[in-house]
Amino acid sequence: MSSIEWAKKPVRKISEPVGSRLDALRHWWAVQRGPVRWSVYLLLTVVAFLLPHEDIGSFMSPHSDWQAILFYPIGGYILLAIGLNVVVGQAGLLDLGYVAFFAVGGYTMAILGKQYGWGFWEIIAVGVLLAALSGVLLGAPTLRLRGDYLAIVTLGFGEIIRIAATNTDSIGGPNGIAGIPHPPNLTDWEIPDTAFFQALDLEGLKPFTYGALDTRPYYYLMVIAIIGTIIFAKRLEHSRVGRSWAAIREDEDAAELMGVPTFKFKLAAFAIGAAFGGLAGVLYGSQATSIIPEDFPFILSATILAAVVLGGSGNIPGVMVGAFLIAWIPERVRGVGEYRILVFGAALVIMMALRPEGLLPSRQRKAELKEGTGGMGSLGAEVGGPGGAQVEGEVSK
Amino acid sequence: MKGLNKIGGVVKPGGASKSGKSGKAGERSFAPRGGLLELHHVVMRFGGVTAINGLDLTINAGEIFAVIGPNGAGKTTVFNVVTGVYQPTEGGVLFDGRRIDGSKRYQVTKAGIARTFQNIRLFHNMSAVENVMVGADAHHRTGFVSAGLGFPRHRKEEREGRETARRLLDFVGVAHRGDEAAKNLPYGDQRRLEIARALATRPKLLLLDEPAAGMNPAEKEALQGLIRRIRDTGVTVLLIEHDMRLVMGISDRVAVLDFGQKIAEGQPREVQNNPRVIEAYLGAPADAS
Repeated sequence: MSSIEWAKKPVRKISEPVGSRLDALRHWWAVQRGPVRWSVYLLLTVVAFLLPHEDIGSFMSPHSDWQAILFYPIGGYILLAIGLNVVVGQAGLLDLGYVAFFAVGGYTMAILGKQYGWGFWEIIAVGVLLAALSGVLLGAPTLRLRGDYLAIVTLGFGEIIRIAATNTDSIGGPNGIAGIPHPPNLTDWEIPDTAFFQALDLEGLKPFTYGALDTRPYYYLMVIAIIGTIIFAKRLEHSRVGRSWAAIREDEDAAELMGVPTFKFKLAAFAIGAAFGGLAGVLYGSQATSIIPEDFPFILSATILAAVVLGGSGNIPGVMVGAFLIAWIPERVRGVGEYRILVFGAALVIMMALRPEGLLPSRQRKAELKEGTGGMGSLGAEVGGPGGAQVEGEVSK
Repeated sequence: MKGLNKIGGVVKPGGASKSGKSGKAGERSFAPRGGLLELHHVVMRFGGVTAINGLDLTINAGEIFAVIGPNGAGKTTVFNVVTGVYQPTEGGVLFDGRRIDGSKRYQVTKAGIARTFQNIRLFHNMSAVENVMVGADAHHRTGFVSAGLGFPRHRKEEREGRETARRLLDFVGVAHRGDEAAKNLPYGDQRRLEIARALATRPKLLLLDEPAAGMNPAEKEALQGLIRRIRDTGVTVLLIEHDMRLVMGISDRVAVLDFGQKIAEGQPREVQNNPRVIEAYLGAPADAS
């Protein structure tokens, strides 16, 4: 450690003001009431819908198609990160195979859409349910494990799904499935070509017409999906369910003795996280129109996990910022050619060195991290935290 | 398991006693004796070590019952057996006339048994109110669908849980610290918060594991009043405690454990003068620590 001491001082000069600004922002937000919050939500939504603007794009990603990367990876990663945050950040279960549920959603879209001719809107429902079901199937036998062991099993599950898809000829084997249909158009309505909409770069856009030419309708669909999942996840957080997850994270044994059916709630976390992943998969599949097993590698699980940890595990705005950065930085630095992943890696290392608790951590998770206990704080070591061995210990008295 | 080693273990030659379950426990039925909680010849073995050895205990509804004994006598093990942390090797536990051994821990809590812990086990980073709300949730039925979609039941239960929490914090006397993280409460308040959390599960029987540990005399005095008030609300109290003044002051009946066996039971005064009890406390080598 001492060998990098010299580097810490200048780094702190930058990081501490930035860090304290972020913390101040969080404190400010914590005391705001309804009207202010709703105005901010509204503003953010409007901004989200205007993001595909060409001028923003030319700054944000001069080397690639901004509108396309807004849908995936940026939007997709954000949706996946919100889903994984339910499992990792809220319930404190380390899942290293999260990409499996993304794959289930994608393949559901591909198989039902291409081979059975189902409509997109029905497939969304089925894909989400199937992903949730696969979450239950994975969770039921494995959630008795804790910490590192659970991580290994989920890692295996992610690989199994990918390898099974590679080796199943009826779903295309390694070549995957191509020719997935686009969603049917809701209407062919077109935004009028007026000066106002020209300024917003929206003239002539058909927001409900899905095709290969324009990614923006898909992006809007993604935004709506993200808003929906945020509302769902946020409500869960402030309910009996979220409270039970927090209790499980802190002291699983005590939680169960206070009447929390811990297994059921952990399974619910897996199912909900999986459902969000499945939703992302369906959207991705319908836009990409072709998927192959290699779209769902282990590194994607790791990347989404990195987004959650980097952004601030347990806090939805945090993980969204984390996912955005993780998706955006590699695209932004495409200009440096083959060095871009190096730059990306360096950016991650610097960010984690500056804010080990994440960019926008939740207050409670931050405290848990300081104690080195609880859920992801100990990277999945005993969820029991300060308890763990204590029920055993109490036998001795 | 350190303390267990001191017991020296009663190992039956043929009793290849694997810890945990023995098939027998489920087969026999036990005649209820009319108590709220009944232990019927409970044996709890860990490998070769017998922590509880044939314990019979009847706690009647509405009383304050204390279990005392030297360190390592098996008192907390009794709590762990009652609350489903351990399944007894032999014997059975009846609550309200029904078998509860073999139930899951949260089912035991739902059935009406709540407990506190010898070493405080609050959810440290949650606020005091949230801690109590976790207890109140034991009887709530909001699932993730109704919570996620914001159904009326969710709102109603949420409001009710919060009110319960405030009321119970007031009852135990930590209402003024409701919004603080549990770990920031002083030690005595943490103990009382644990009691509030346990009461939120609406127990018929409350198990208190050394509630006075670490308290000063004034706090102990207040605790004594609190335990009485809990009993007066109709909750039966089963207590493990080392502080003899407290035990003798509030208990209706006392049982004394030594080496996992009951060596005396009765009213506080009788027990106090029982020669076997005095020997267990003063004469036995296990007490040397």
